[in-house]
Parts: sequence; C-alpha cells; structure tokens
Amino acid sequence: MTSRTTPPLPGYPRRHLLGIEGLSAPEITALLDSADAWVEKSRGPDKKHDLLRGRTQINLFFEASTRTQSSFELAGKRLGADVVNMALRSSSISKGETLIDTAMTLNAMRPDILVIRHGAAGAVELLSQKVDCAVINAGDGAHEHPTQALLDALTIRRHKGRIEGLTIAICGDITHSRVARSNLLALTALGARVRLVAPLTLLPPAADRLGVEICTRLEDGLEGADVVMMLRLQQERMDSALVPSAREYFRFFGLDHAKLAFAKPDAIVMHPGPMNRGVEIDSAVADDARSVIREQVEIGVAVRMAVLVALNANMQARP
Amino acid sequence: MARNDSGGGRTVFVNARLIDPASGLDAAGSLTVEDGHIASVRPGDKLAAHTDAEIIDCGGHLLCPGLIDAQVFAGEPGFEHRESLGSASRAAAAGGVTTMICRPDTDPVIDEAALVDYFARRARDTAVVHAYPMAALTQGLEGIVMTEIGLLSEAGAIAFTDGITPVANPEVMRQALTYARNFDALVVARPMDRQLAAGGVMNEGEISARLGLPGAAAAAEVIMVERDMRLVELTGARIHVGQISAAASLEVISRTKTAGHDVTCGVSINNLVLNENDIGPYRTFFKLVPPLRAEDERRAMAEGIATGAIDIIVSDHDPQDADTKRRPFIDAAFGAVGLETLLPAALSLHHNEEIGLMPLLAALTINPARIFGLDAGRLSPDAPADLVLIDLNRPWAVEPGTLASKCKNTPFEGRMMQGYALMTMVQGRNVFTRKGW
Repeated sequence: MTSRTTPPLPGYPRRHLLGIEGLSAPEITALLDSADAWVEKSRGPDKKHDLLRGRTQINLFFEASTRTQSSFELAGKRLGADVVNMALRSSSISKGETLIDTAMTLNAMRPDILVIRHGAAGAVELLSQKVDCAVINAGDGAHEHPTQALLDALTIRRHKGRIEGLTIAICGDITHSRVARSNLLALTALGARVRLVAPLTLLPPAADRLGVEICTRLEDGLEGADVVMMLRLQQERMDSALVPSAREYFRFFGLDHAKLAFAKPDAIVMHPGPMNRGVEIDSAVADDARSVIREQVEIGVAVRMAVLVALNANMQARP
Repeated sequence: MARNDSGGGRTVFVNARLIDPASGLDAAGSLTVEDGHIASVRPGDKLAAHTDAEIIDCGGHLLCPGLIDAQVFAGEPGFEHRESLGSASRAAAAGGVTTMICRPDTDPVIDEAALVDYFARRARDTAVVHAYPMAALTQGLEGIVMTEIGLLSEAGAIAFTDGITPVANPEVMRQALTYARNFDALVVARPMDRQLAAGGVMNEGEISARLGLPGAAAAAEVIMVERDMRLVELTGARIHVGQISAAASLEVISRTKTAGHDVTCGVSINNLVLNENDIGPYRTFFKLVPPLRAEDERRAMAEGIATGAIDIIVSDHDPQDADTKRRPFIDAAFGAVGLETLLPAALSLHHNEEIGLMPLLAALTINPARIFGLDAGRLSPDAPADLVLIDLNRPWAVEPGTLASKCKNTPFEGRMMQGYALMTMVQGRNVFTRKGW
C-alpha cells in the first residue's frame, strides 16, 4: 500500500458503475457530494492531482463520441492516470464471441479502469463480467448513461439547492435515449417528480409503467416545471418515419420562449448535447440566461473524476 | 372549410315533416332560420306567425339536416378536367349534400399545409356547399414517411388517408396511427391488400369467371381490416374504415368496436344498392373500388346500416371522363359519380323497406358529423342552417345529361328513382331549388 491509497468511498462501495438502476439514493448522493468538491478544485489553476498515478485507464469506445470521451480523458489525466483511447467500430465487429475476445485481450493488458461505450444495450455489463478491472458505462445503446445522469443531477442540485420535490420535464426522443433512462432513474431515486414529454412515436410502449408522468404536448409537460431537460432528436428518427419532419417537430416539440413560458420563471434549461438548434431547441433559448448547457459540460468532468476516484479506492480496498 | 357568408335575414319553413336523426325527432312542424343558423325547431307548430320573414311552405315534405358526404373526389388541384370544387359542389347541392369531405389523391397530393390552404381558398371562392380536405397520411401517398399531421391539422385537414393505396407496411401504419393519436387526428383507412387484389377489376367469383375478368377477392379487404384493427388495439388510435364491401369486414370491425375501441366504418351507396350482376355486359360504369360484390354481401351492408353497425354512407363520388370509361372493361378507369344520386339511391332502400328512414338519414347526417368532428348534421337551435327539403316519393329517371358534375359516369343511368332533393340550404343560403317546385 502506498501513501496514495485511499479508503473506499463511504457510500459507494461498488466495483463498477454500470448504470443508475439499483443504486440507492445515498449511493448517488455520495458520488454527487464528491463530484461537487471536484468542481471547485478544477477551477483553480493547478488542476493536476495524483490520486490515480500509476493507474491505467482505457477508454474503449465502440461508438464515436467527442465530448464524453474527452471528458473521461480529462478526468483521468487530471487525476494522474495514464489514459489510452481506443476507438473501435462496433459495426465492423460481430457481436458475442468477438466482443468477449476483445475484452479478454484488453484484460491481458492489465488496465485498472475501463470506460466503455457500446451501441448495444447490455454490452458493457457483458464486458464487465469478463475483466478484472473496474468498468464504467459511458453509454450502452438505449439503455443507460450513468455519468450523464449524475452530472445532470449535480447541475440541478447546484442551481436549485435540492432535487427532492422538484418537477423535472425530460423532453424529446425518450425511446432511443439512454440519457432519459438514466436520468429518470436517478432523479426519481432522489425524490424528484419526473415527466416524460414526447410525441407518442418517441415514447416507449408502456412508458406509463415507469413511475413517471407522461405528457404528449410540450406545453402540458412544461407547466410549472423547475427543470427542462431537452434531448437530441437524431436525423435517423425522421428517416425511420417516427417523426414526419424537423419543422413539424420544432413546431410542436421544440423548446422556444413561448413554450418555455409554461415552466416556472426560474426554470433551468438543460441539454446533454450536441444540440440541434432549430429542431429540439431554439437558439434563443439555448443561449438564454436560464440555459445551463455549458455548465453541464464542466460538471461532467468533475463527476467523472469522482467516479474514477471512487472505483479506484474500492479496487484498492479489495483483498 | 366553413363558408363565412351566411344568408342574412330570416326564413321560416312551415308545414314540414321535420326529421332529425340526432334527436330522433320525426314530426310535422316548422323551423326558423336566422343569420345562417337554425333559430328554432317547432314540432307540432306547422304554421308560423312571422310577418317579416320569408315563408317557405314545405307542403308536408321532409325537412332534415343536409347530407354529409365523406368520400368525394373534387378534382382540385390537378384534375380540373374531371371535376372542380365548383362543379362538384353544384352536384352536391342538387343532391341535398351540404358538406363534402374530399380526397387528397390530387395532383399534387394534398400532403403539405400550403395545399390545405389552397384547397380552403378555392372552396371558399368557388364552392356553394362546405368542402373540407382530407390530407395524405404518408408523404406523396408513398406509404413510407408520415405527413406533418400536426401542421396539416392546424391548417384545416379534417382527416388523414392514403385512399385506395393503403399503407402496405404495417410498421409505417402503426407509427402513423400512433403519431396521429398525439394530435387526436382521424385516420381514414380504405382497406385492400394490394398484392392480393392486384389486377382485380371486379369481385372474384362466378361472374368474374363467366366474364373472363380477373377478380379481387373479398379476402383482400378483410385481411387489411383485420390488420388495421390489430393496429388499433396496439396503438389506441382512432380509425374510420372508409368503405367496406364484405360481411366479414363488418364482423371484424364490430368485434373491435365491442371491445371498446374508437372505430367506425362506412359503405359506399354503390355497395348498398348494386351488386356484381349489374355489370352485365361489361358495363364499365360499374367498375368500382371496392368492387360490387355478390347479393348476399350487399344485403349484409344494408343490414349493417339498418342496425347501426355501419356508421355512414358515402357517395364515393369519382368523376371519370368518357375517354377513360369507354374502354374494354379491363382497361377502363375505376369509379362513378355519386353526389347527385346519393340521396335518391339511399331512398330506394327506404322504399323497398330494407332500411328505416331514421337509420338511413343518420348515416348521411349526424353520424359523419360526429366522426369527422363537424358542427353540422342536426336540427337544433344554434346549429348551422344546412338543410335539405326532400320529396320522398316523386318518381323520376336519372338522365346523365342533366347531372351537374363535369363527368356523367353514373351507374344509375336511366334508372327509375323515387324521391329527390327539392331545395338545399347551406348556412342559411339557398344553394339549390329544383325546377318546377
């Protein structure tokens, strides 16, 4: 044991972060509290720490990503880890055996932390069963994106001082969004009232069984909301005929000032990025004082630092 | 599109037999129209005391809400040589039809809000009865990408349909139904499996075998009705099956209705009063979609109207010029004009005692009004004064040359009818008076 050894993070004793599902409110809160401190530490001129010195972090991205990958890379580097980025096209790799072979190969390189994004729901968990290191899910298909949910929760908490009791509208392509799934789990676990707002073609069947309120008009969904979280509408939703056109989507489900007026006057506007201006969000709203979209990016790095620190500590505490 | 220019002043219909299927009223009485609306309905009071009003003595004839025809091809835009909103509306007025709901398979297809605007403007400027456009359900009627149902609804599209080229891909249909539900939009389906019905020019059966013509089996319709009903169960959407022709289709729809789904259906007047035998020696005016079926199917359709299992009757007005009809049966165009003969043909079902007058008129007035969300089809104070005065019994023969439509392809050519519209009023304006009345 070296002097850099830290005790396991009180409140988050797990080996991996595979999803929000199954996490308790105290576990989520422990990560948020830790991340909150990293926000302040990262604002100073001296951003370099050595908690992860000597550790190898591999960012394994089967799906292209700019912001999430660089956020994890920055987080690892600020903590002193050696970070390797590996970009693999999941489309060129057949699933199943080959995926596990990839895991075994990587495992032989003895990384300490694997950050994985994959286009198939459940793929990250499958990989986690085959490796000896800690695994962080950086997004698996339309299933989960837990660090996004944590950074969103922390952004809300820093602005509103709490999460419990808030009315939070998650708006847009719910069916295909891992961000929506992780967020509704995290925010409901923390006591918020969550509404899913979308055209019926972008709501999963039986969405009403998820313990949230369903709205099919944006105006209804925003009524009295404290937080408005917009999701990205991908072009492929129009190609696959779930929405007739971008202009119709913007007219009925795009966030502009007229629709935002239904929310509370002090409501904040969030977006996981990258934004489609003029599709799900009007430029004027994206750049409005109530928009916290750029702050979400900053807090994202702090959240990932907190998660890396927690998993590293838990790993060291294991026999 | 509602006409704004209401007839001013006051008109009193006296000595009328008032029939209002919405309330079940059937009584002698009088009715007053003021500023385009019905001011009062007075059963029992056959005479009026007004002095400052125009008095119309109905002579005991039947006064009922104007007919609503939910399946009209009005030619605009793009087929003005076959029909225009003006000519179709004059045919409608002569037939006691005060509202036309028009097909979107025009050229260009009505699949953009700007075209709904165009239609509305043309209807306002040229039509003498109300005319509402349906919009396409998928862009270009291609069955691939749904139309902008929200924007089209806002522009005034009254329903969404791909007409006789129904969406073949069930996933596209499912998503379109789901999306339509978001806007509480009505989808009108014209069920036909196009592969199964491919090449069919008439009902498949003994007659088609004898005539040597390729047939379209009723199953091609029933299979599609089945599919659409399953999709209604899956999506909770609202669907109106525009035109059915087979008893088995009605069974499937009735089952879905009984299960509590918001499903309605209609039948063409042609499938109610004609059958495949009428085709006779390859008469192309009887080449229709859906095809005329066997007599037992026709009887099932009539019974459906009598019991209310079928909600509405449409004319399926489809003007075709002589060029496309005077061809060998197999090459001739489908379709028949119908606006002007809808009411007389329907009355024949009353005269031969197949359908009571009340359910018959309900299927032509209040039922389509309810399905399409129109403030029309009833005789009650504040309702728009869309009215038709009907002589139930007058015998006459259909002479194609006298029809107001630009095309004369009527299957009722030369047929003896009993009863017709004497006068038609749209929002208080007299838009048709029969010569000699």
